[in-house]
Amino acid sequence: MDVLTAIAILTLGAALLGAALGFAAVHFRVEGNPLTEKIAALLPQTQCGQCGYPGCKPYAEAIAQGGADINLCAPGGEDGVRKIAELLGLEIKPLAEGAAQKPPAVARIVEDRCIGCTLCIQACPVDAIVGAAKQMHTVISSLCTGCELCLPPCPENCIEMLPVQETTENWAWRYPARVPALPPLALSPAASGENSC
Amino acid sequence: MLKRPLAFRGGIRLAHHKYESAHSPIASAPLPERLILPLRQSAGRAPEPIVREGDRVKKGDRIAAAEEWISASLHAPTSGTVRAIGPFPVAHPSGLSAPAIVIEADGADEWGEKTPLLDSPARSAANRAALSPEETQRFLQNMGVVGLGGAVFPSHVKLSRAPNTPLQTLIINGAECEPFITCDDRLMRERADDVISGTLFLRDLLEVKETLIAVENNKPEAADALRAALARADAAREIRDVAVMELPAIYPAGSIKQLIFALTGKRAPAHVLPTALGVQCFNAATVYCVWRAVAHGEPVTHRVVTLTGNVEHPGNMEVPLGMPMGQLLALARPRPETDACIVGGPMMGFLLTDERAPVVKGSNCLIARSDAFFPPLEPETSCIRCTSCAQVCPQGLQPYELYWWSRAKNSEKAARYQLMECIECGCCAYVCPAHIPLVQYFRFAKGEVRAAEKAQDMAARAKERFEFRQLRAEREKAERAEKLARAAALQAEKLALAAVTDTDSPANAQTPTTENAP
Repeated sequence: MDVLTAIAILTLGAALLGAALGFAAVHFRVEGNPLTEKIAALLPQTQCGQCGYPGCKPYAEAIAQGGADINLCAPGGEDGVRKIAELLGLEIKPLAEGAAQKPPAVARIVEDRCIGCTLCIQACPVDAIVGAAKQMHTVISSLCTGCELCLPPCPENCIEMLPVQETTENWAWRYPARVPALPPLALSPAASGENSC
Repeated sequence: MLKRPLAFRGGIRLAHHKYESAHSPIASAPLPERLILPLRQSAGRAPEPIVREGDRVKKGDRIAAAEEWISASLHAPTSGTVRAIGPFPVAHPSGLSAPAIVIEADGADEWGEKTPLLDSPARSAANRAALSPEETQRFLQNMGVVGLGGAVFPSHVKLSRAPNTPLQTLIINGAECEPFITCDDRLMRERADDVISGTLFLRDLLEVKETLIAVENNKPEAADALRAALARADAAREIRDVAVMELPAIYPAGSIKQLIFALTGKRAPAHVLPTALGVQCFNAATVYCVWRAVAHGEPVTHRVVTLTGNVEHPGNMEVPLGMPMGQLLALARPRPETDACIVGGPMMGFLLTDERAPVVKGSNCLIARSDAFFPPLEPETSCIRCTSCAQVCPQGLQPYELYWWSRAKNSEKAARYQLMECIECGCCAYVCPAHIPLVQYFRFAKGEVRAAEKAQDMAARAKERFEFRQLRAEREKAERAEKLARAAALQAEKLALAAVTDTDSPANAQTPTTENAP
């Protein structure tokens, strides 16, 4: 009798938990891969495609599925690689060859030479270029991510990348130069032999 | 109202070095030939120039206008001609240049039109009732009134009320806790009536319950002068809720968070404005400028600067904004062994990189540096985690932990140890037995945290725009497909109709058609 009660209780428990899990699987279902979102949050969202994928999200998806290396994002730099490695529990790698991090820059259209072809407007992934057909175009520099995707389509070669200048507005304190308290101790071989114990 | 100020946590007692410069009255600095007025003289956005090269300006004329709420206008400190608008060396720790307006003085020092907010001080009580707070705020913004204690936050912004929290306490900060600086001390002593009038004006505007004027107890003359001025104002109309409070001279008693705690017992964490605690705080010199603006129509064009340190004639001078700092310090006759000039106090100031850099609204003190006053820094040794720094930190932080992570350039970890709560007062570095420049490490790490936040913001915005662009591209594609489909359907319908009419009407068959020819 005791055995039957135990079996009944366990069966009931299993049925209840199973039902709860089934309910959760349907109603609390997570759309998409949450890992992709987490990785995408660590990418700089320049949408530059330098990693070989057509944007930051596709690259994040590729990493999440284990297909892509984590060191392909040049704008993210070493710091970005470190963050992704920490998230995924992987070894930190140096940036892939050819994926050198450049100093921050924004695009600028040399307005005298712009013919108003709209090709750069179509190329800009973040809609940071304004203009219309046969009208001069210009870059909204505060929105430009410096992805350089507008450079190749321009038939006039009139877009240039300007490195972001340091001003009193964006200046930040440098890492303090550490002055060694004492010059490194130069031990003669004999002295070091005496001191070792 | 507290009877006695509370003792805040940590802090250090420093040699005051106030006597040297505090014993002589405020002198007027001679007018230099050229004034350099950097556009950025306040927190927030720099105002935009409204004059052009060659324009004639009079003293007090507006030369740059604020275009955003957190921004304040700039005025000509003397009459003359605008000679240039462009980058010029400024007093900034980076040594970089910044856009400035250069005015060549004509020597006449002729005032432009003055338009006070209150027609005359005598009628002020009647006028005040008719004033809306917004009107006063716009007026102060146009008069370029900003916090003169050093943070240069536009004062009009601080007159906005926090939603849901009524203001209870107005604090006038005359603590002036950094050693050597005495500009507020002299101002409170000599122009106490204006300071009190400004205080009462702000009190009426903000409708606070109590007003406390805080003065460190190493400035008894200033406290007495303020009490006397308060008594004079009391004789005109009864004032019960304003008091002068003397604080023990423990650095950094004048820091806003420490001051609020000492006077009210309230603590403000980082990113929480004092208004959220029902407290608002203004520097004594700012209050003076508020009064000069509202009662006399004088914008902020001059300020009192302390000249001290290794000089023959230490003292305070009322200086037109834009006067080159090197020229100003020379008036106090630096002694021969002076090797540098500190802008600001010895604890939080920085070294001047270019002596052409001009005095701005935030410049309160110039100290001629010499080894006798400031012995050279001893070499930095290793941190032994003695926790001396934690004992003096007025913010209750653990600077040795912050140092550990800042030195390792791991600003995320440092931020978790509440790096952003650091007020950079320098107490930790002052007591550090290993002579580690702790504040320099913290400033670096704070810059990293801010850069990371900015990058995060940029990334979020870029992502949003990219996703919207994709959405739009898809929508356009769908719309185009729909249009094509509709056109195709229309075409098919037409053809079908044509076919139907073709077969149905016999007349059609009889008429010779060219359409069906092929």
